Amino acid sequence: MHLGVSESMREREYSQISTRSSTPMESPHQKRVLRKKWQAFPGQNKFYCDGRIMMARQTGVFYLTLVLILVTSGLFFAFDCPFLASALSPAIPAVGGVLFVFVMGTLLRTSFSDPGVLPRATPDEAADLERQIDVANGSSSGGFRPPPRTKEVLINGQTVKLKYCFTCKIFRPPRASHCSLCDNCVERFDHHCPWVGNCVGRRNYRFFYMFILSLSFLTIFIFAFVITHVILRSQSSGFLTALKDSPASVLEVVVCFFSVWSIVGLSGFHTYLISSNQTTNEDIKGSWSSKRGKDNYNPYSYGNIFTNCCAALCSPLPPSLIDRRGFIQPDTPQPAPPTNGITMYGATQSQSHMCDQDQCIQSTKFVLQAAATPLLQSEPVMMSDEPSLPGRTSLGAACASLPLGQPTPPTSTPSLSCDADLLPLQGNHVEGQHHFLTPEEAPSPPGMLHCGSPMGQGHPHGHAPGHGVPFYSPASQDSLHEDSVRGLVKLSSV
Amino acid sequence: ALPHLPALWSNTRKTHSLQDLRQQASIAAKVFVQRDYTTGTICQFQTKFPSELETRIDKQQFEETIRTLNNLYAEAEKLGGRSYLEGCLACVTAYTIFLCMETHYEKVLKKIAKYIQEQNDKIYAPRGLLLTDPIERGLRVVEITIFEDQSNGRIEGR
Repeated sequence: MHLGVSESMREREYSQISTRSSTPMESPHQKRVLRKKWQAFPGQNKFYCDGRIMMARQTGVFYLTLVLILVTSGLFFAFDCPFLASALSPAIPAVGGVLFVFVMGTLLRTSFSDPGVLPRATPDEAADLERQIDVANGSSSGGFRPPPRTKEVLINGQTVKLKYCFTCKIFRPPRASHCSLCDNCVERFDHHCPWVGNCVGRRNYRFFYMFILSLSFLTIFIFAFVITHVILRSQSSGFLTALKDSPASVLEVVVCFFSVWSIVGLSGFHTYLISSNQTTNEDIKGSWSSKRGKDNYNPYSYGNIFTNCCAALCSPLPPSLIDRRGFIQPDTPQPAPPTNGITMYGATQSQSHMCDQDQCIQSTKFVLQAAATPLLQSEPVMMSDEPSLPGRTSLGAACASLPLGQPTPPTSTPSLSCDADLLPLQGNHVEGQHHFLTPEEAPSPPGMLHCGSPMGQGHPHGHAPGHGVPFYSPASQDSLHEDSVRGLVKLSSV
Repeated sequence: ALPHLPALWSNTRKTHSLQDLRQQASIAAKVFVQRDYTTGTICQFQTKFPSELETRIDKQQFEETIRTLNNLYAEAEKLGGRSYLEGCLACVTAYTIFLCMETHYEKVLKKIAKYIQEQNDKIYAPRGLLLTDPIERGLRVVEITIFEDQSNGRIEGR
């Protein structure tokens, strides 16, 4: 633990020193070549086309999505359409073509656009907020547990708690959440979708919904017509000959058959979410469910389904708040210590942002993850206000429940998420999307151990029996800190 | 009261870039007007008058500015026939229409920028204050920079 802390402290010092010494050197450099804001973006996003395109760091699954759609549709148009156009109607390839174009358009729009990232606070703002928090909390409350940083707001008669984000140094607006994978706070955060390689938030939720809706239609369309094709062929030449004549059809049917359940289920789920004006995040946490209390209701809902749908899909598209392609003006307040030009959106950035508490928590997390994990899982560290979610296997939820592979042992720990509001991963299968992150990041300094959060929902391995979901979604960093210490003490007592 | 600043404002009519001002007048303090979430997620700012500005500007004036800003932001996010039409049209054209057309929100943002500039010129600059357009701060805060009162060397607003 000490090694971890001192190592990360040393690294932090290193980056601080390099910042100080490089600033006077940077300004002449900047005068010569003004850098664009995306190059100094503090999150973990990747940018392409000079800042026009913005995606998450891990894009492997997105390419898989692209390949699946392109290959299946390509095979359909190449092998099945000629027969269908002549045997039935040329409208079939036409409609298929329109659907395909719409699917690709909405997919790319979802993947490439800014989901509604909230820019981090400038140093002045952060200092001002800290001052206000200190004033509000008064002198130290005694004990080693400072009060949590939350603010309560009354929205349409419902009390909503606003949490302070330690990474972005802001009080998160209602419905915003911090995505650990992208290391950004996102407005109206729905979920992080690896299939589209981006977060789904306020600005791209409608594109995401249109994507899954049109993909459902496309999948059903292809499935139906490939079957029709094979049936028509087998009427003239027999079933096996028909299959031999168009082998591509078999592949298409298989892909479509397995996709249709998850995609259609997902569309249905999101249609429900839209009509009740909830986000996936809220639905998983049961924020507005009547189980929480008789007076609990959704303050954002407009009351009727039609208005909710219109609000979600046809409301004015808000602009991007992060101004990716603007030039960095020298002397303007930058939210993070400036990069030394070496790492653009790199690993070390996240460390330099962290305050001491984060450092301690991260290094503790590092140690705990390396340590015996079963001990942690029985630790009921979950905050009391989180509902115990009874074995959710909700397949239709979040992003495709196609199995992504078995969770690897170290990552099956209920991770200590740094910032509150974990990603709304649902179902066992979705855990896989984080698993290929955490093992990579485990050996690296604690800064990378963001929310590798298999929330263990519906996880059948008997974690935290009484609580259902042994994930940490702390109301404050500080209580997490204390709990981590408790956890360590427990470990040492074994 | 502030010899340098009025000349400064007329020169920088086009862009009130902070670095120009900072080079010529020193900043005494910054006040941040936070968001008001009581009506939901819509962009609204608190109309509570910050104590640091008491010596510089009228309470009514300040509240008027913030209220107008709030109305403008409400207009930007308003759900109505126009926004629905725009949304449907965009959907039908696979959202390619935004390549050539500005969204309603962007149009209102331009209006807001103009309003803030106008307020700065007429009301805030003569009092040694500067409003920063909230969009430059990610719509989180309205940042008001209080400049040093250079006439008698005192630092005000602390």
